[in-house]
Amino acid sequence: MVMEIVCPAGTPAALRAAVKAGAHTVYCGFNDETNARNFPGLNFNRNEMRAGIAFAHEHGSKVLVAINTFPRAGDEAIWQRAIGDAEICGADAVILADPGLLDYATRTHPRLRRHLSVQAAAANADVINFYAETFGVKRVVLPRVLSVPEIAAINSETDVETEVFVFGGLCVMAEGRCSMSSYATGLSPNMNGVCSPASHVEYREDQGVLDARLGGYLIHRVERGEPAPYPTLCKGCFSAGEKAGHLFEDPVSLNAEKLIPQLQKAGVTALKIEGRQRSKSYVAQVVRNFRMAVDALDAGRPMPEGMLARLSEGQAMTTGAYKKTWR
Amino acid sequence: MSNSQNLIPQCPAALAAALRVVPLAPLSLSLTVFSRKIAKNHPDLFQRLGEHSRTAFVLDPTDLPIVLCLDPNDGMPKVKLTRGRGTGAARISGPLAALIGLVHGAFDGDALFFSRDLVIEGDTGAALALRNAIDDAELDLSHEAAALSGPFARPVQRLIALAERQTGLCLTRPEDVAIW
Ligand code: SF4
Repeated sequence: MVMEIVCPAGTPAALRAAVKAGAHTVYCGFNDETNARNFPGLNFNRNEMRAGIAFAHEHGSKVLVAINTFPRAGDEAIWQRAIGDAEICGADAVILADPGLLDYATRTHPRLRRHLSVQAAAANADVINFYAETFGVKRVVLPRVLSVPEIAAINSETDVETEVFVFGGLCVMAEGRCSMSSYATGLSPNMNGVCSPASHVEYREDQGVLDARLGGYLIHRVERGEPAPYPTLCKGCFSAGEKAGHLFEDPVSLNAEKLIPQLQKAGVTALKIEGRQRSKSYVAQVVRNFRMAVDALDAGRPMPEGMLARLSEGQAMTTGAYKKTWR
Repeated sequence: MSNSQNLIPQCPAALAAALRVVPLAPLSLSLTVFSRKIAKNHPDLFQRLGEHSRTAFVLDPTDLPIVLCLDPNDGMPKVKLTRGRGTGAARISGPLAALIGLVHGAFDGDALFFSRDLVIEGDTGAALALRNAIDDAELDLSHEAAALSGPFARPVQRLIALAERQTGLCLTRPEDVAIW
């Protein structure tokens, strides 16, 4: 069976582009704090979601709606409404992280398929089976901290489908548990759907030297001719003791295209591409390439190689934790 | 220098020279009318700006002696060309070809930003909102201009096509598959 390509869409235009480029499935979110990519100018209002899902269905693609932040006490209704609206809009599944919300969806929208978000950081078969038995979760998006053998071990102990990230930005911490952005800006991916939010980013260029600040803190400084950095906290340069540099993570992005056959052998159902904040032409190019790769694999043809290097904007690529050479 | 810089055409020197002397008020007025027509045809564009729908933007084509100040004004945009730095909460600077190419989806905004062909100053959130709104709107400025020209639509389109060939600027929206 051909592996499923799950593609991001931050706008209706990106959704249409992803579908036309061959996405089996597209994931997106409402334009509020209920999804973990709550960026200015991104995401879907209710009408756009309904129209986007209808377009995808007409072309044989599915749409998953991410409602994967953690509801604020007293404001749970915002998240609960999002689940109801996703079902009315015709979503094929919702991607949830919060157990309370999973419970709500199970009780009030039993026919709406439930996926477990990467934000839930479910990284072993016991917890995945717990979510399946308790909330009827059909698929889990695995956190980006697992190696291929670990993924294979999980798949051998669960019937829940697994979906893994194969391309795009990396979140180095166990997802849903990183609060670094909160310390610098008061806003976090877990509660507000934004990490290192653009509203707190400031660039200043002086004689070719570019400073990138977040919440007033200098996170990066690059010389003339060097690529501009986005000041994501875990990818920033810090000094601690005697050392200065990328203390948490080098600014690399994930590309596991070469590992697709191994991931298939490990029992993975779906390959997820990160990047709801990226442009529609970027999304379309990545989708097209990954679709070619899984189709080639399915037909027993050699996989096209190195096809995505030019989309990394000069950033180094990594296979992340799938090959744990860095541990 | 960045890779993309080599691929971004420079604006013709004659246009830059002309903009040093022509009166800017009539041009500003025409661009305001043009932008209102776009707002009418693409209401989602300005809705997508959300909390930034009243934020003043400065679009600075670095190879021209003018800047374009855009006030989205809640969907009733106002455009003013000026020869200084202009004032606004968010400034986006880059070669004219890059700015127009971005509108037409010929360039990826992130790639231009990472390669420093595009520079953002001031309110980064507002700049990002504008980038996302424009990416979603799938504008074709030549189409919009032709639609505004009534009976002269055909000749206007031919003129734009000629200008595109002469200057290398991306004045129309390329077919999606050609970009991908
Ligand atoms: S700071 Fe880094 S690890 Fe933490 S949430 Fe943001 S991207 Fe993820």
